[in-house]
Amino acid sequence: MTAPEPGARIARRFQAVKDEGRAALVTFVMAGDPDAETSLQIVKALPKAGADVIEIGMPFTDPMADGPAIQAAGLRALKAHQTMVRTLEIVERFREEDRETPIVLMGYYNPIYSYGNERFLSDAAAVGVDGLIVVDLPPEADDELCLPALDAGIAFIRLATPTTDDERLPHVLRNSAGFVYYVSVAGVTGSKALDTDRVAASVARIKAKTDLPVAVGFGVRTPEQAKTVAEAADGVVVGTALVEAVRTSLDGEGRATDGTVSAVGDLVGALAAGVRDAARQPA
Amino acid sequence: MTIAQPNTFRAGPDERGHFGIFGGRFVAETLMPLILSLEEAYRAAQKDPEFERELDSLSKHYAGRPSPLYLAERLTEHLGGAKVYFKRDELNHTGSHKINNTLGQILLARRMGKTRIIAETGAGQHGVATATVCARFGLPCVVYMGATDVERQKPNVFRMKLLGAEVVPVTAGAGTLKDAMNEALRDWVTNVESTYYLIGTAAGPHPYPEMVRDFQSVIGNEVREQVQAAEGRLPDALVAAVGGGSNAIGLFHPFLDDKDVRIWGVEAGGHGIEGDMHEHCASLTAGRPGVLHGNRTYLLQDDDGQILEGHSISAGLDYPGVGPEHSYLRETGRVTYVPITDDEAMEAFQLCTRLEGIIPALEPAHALAQVMKLAPEMPEDEIIVMNMCGRGDKDVFTVGKMMGWDL
Repeated sequence: MTAPEPGARIARRFQAVKDEGRAALVTFVMAGDPDAETSLQIVKALPKAGADVIEIGMPFTDPMADGPAIQAAGLRALKAHQTMVRTLEIVERFREEDRETPIVLMGYYNPIYSYGNERFLSDAAAVGVDGLIVVDLPPEADDELCLPALDAGIAFIRLATPTTDDERLPHVLRNSAGFVYYVSVAGVTGSKALDTDRVAASVARIKAKTDLPVAVGFGVRTPEQAKTVAEAADGVVVGTALVEAVRTSLDGEGRATDGTVSAVGDLVGALAAGVRDAARQPA
Repeated sequence: MTIAQPNTFRAGPDERGHFGIFGGRFVAETLMPLILSLEEAYRAAQKDPEFERELDSLSKHYAGRPSPLYLAERLTEHLGGAKVYFKRDELNHTGSHKINNTLGQILLARRMGKTRIIAETGAGQHGVATATVCARFGLPCVVYMGATDVERQKPNVFRMKLLGAEVVPVTAGAGTLKDAMNEALRDWVTNVESTYYLIGTAAGPHPYPEMVRDFQSVIGNEVREQVQAAEGRLPDALVAAVGGGSNAIGLFHPFLDDKDVRIWGVEAGGHGIEGDMHEHCASLTAGRPGVLHGNRTYLLQDDDGQILEGHSISAGLDYPGVGPEHSYLRETGRVTYVPITDDEAMEAFQLCTRLEGIIPALEPAHALAQVMKLAPEMPEDEIIVMNMCGRGDKDVFTVGKMMGWDL
């Protein structure tokens, strides 16, 4: 049996967006934040508000590369008893009504390893997951999950960082699929202001070595920043600002309110407008 | 589970940092280039006689090595079995074995041209040892420490501050060693160019478990010579406490291929390992393999791979993981790992203090409690060496509270 091309849906979406002459908006939310049902509604609202690609965080107790906002989102989800099974269910139910928006699961290795790598890839492929970002699996560990994921038709999306120099970059890109996620600052998620001047040069450096689309994240919070990044990159990733929108919408007990789903939707709408406002890119 | 017995237990790790299936390098891409250059710098240092000379000189004149091997006569008599020796690593400068590692790594950080040092600490012993070498070499030092540990280890917090370190209390999670390590990793990711992360235990991404073991192996190497001089032979049993496991691997490693030497690693049994309360830190006894803090190893985790908060009276053992080489030694059956409860450790603490005039840290008090079980079962002509890896001054408030004294 031939597995489908890993991340085919991701490639199609980036191409479609490119054909529109713009960058893609990639949105991150945490599965199960503030509870499984609300988070499904948030995920469903994302494409309607203008998101092109959806990253769904798999909560973990010890997110070593995340700042306080995404740490807190993960802990809210775990407190609401989010599990890997429930995270996959969110994808499954989303897929019942959206067959085209790419879904990327993002997180850390241990919850996957604990679930069982083979079982995880098989279940993830079955519910319609297109890509994986596993923060603590560098290319040196490709045989753990990256290569089996490619065999299962799931793209393994790699982070490239300011510390990934020209010598290392081809190594990082080698088994990458879907898109390349350029982390614009050395640091944890949400912690530093975006250095927009350096983004264009960094994207060019990566694009010289790969045909994959390059999305830029870490530090993008506002529609203005999204616009600036969209002028330089194929995609703009926003995460911290969205989980903050979830947090500020909650009631005093940390429960979802009537405004939770719309708070995220409204922000995504504004970010999408920013992305669409960017100087038109050559198709 | 027992895997096939290798010809030697001392060959690991392989070039990718694996001890069997354990170890490895599970870190974010931002850190990966630095981990690789750290390994390169360590390999160069290993080959450089000047590095060895400098470390030996500091170990001798600054840290006070070699530490004595002491026959605990009254304890031996009390237990009525094997002769009990203490390896007196609590007599080192800063009061624990931690200085062996911080001296080695600070020299490496200097060779790498790093200008800022960060560390995590549980009991504060590693934090103090790091702050000490940073003062000695004039480097700024930031120590991450769980807020719970800041509270229960106040004397060490004050020592670190006196030594010029900044102590950052970490309130995430249960505010213990695991959370401190997360925060140190976040700092490192953010300040990767300038900063050296001085990990205190034989865990973390490769090459840390190997490197920390090598720097701590001075303990076991000295014991080999000292016990030969005292008894004309090797010991029958070794016992050491295991949190992350740096003092234990330092004692054990030089003896791993001496098949007649039985080896016990002692984990924190907390309130007991039975039941679902997880009020212990016995990852090798009650955990299963997983990936945390850069390495695959035995972890306390739930069915969904979420890391559990452990409990131990000893802040230095309060960690839900363990160094990967210990996981390997457990699976091969070379080392036997056993839990000791808070209460057993407290009893050993008091016995040692009264019988030997040595106030042990709560970490080696766990090892001592295992010695109290083993020695009476062994003949009088057999020898146990236990690593007295730290002194108990830092723990008197905790112990006082347990005993109901108002200090």
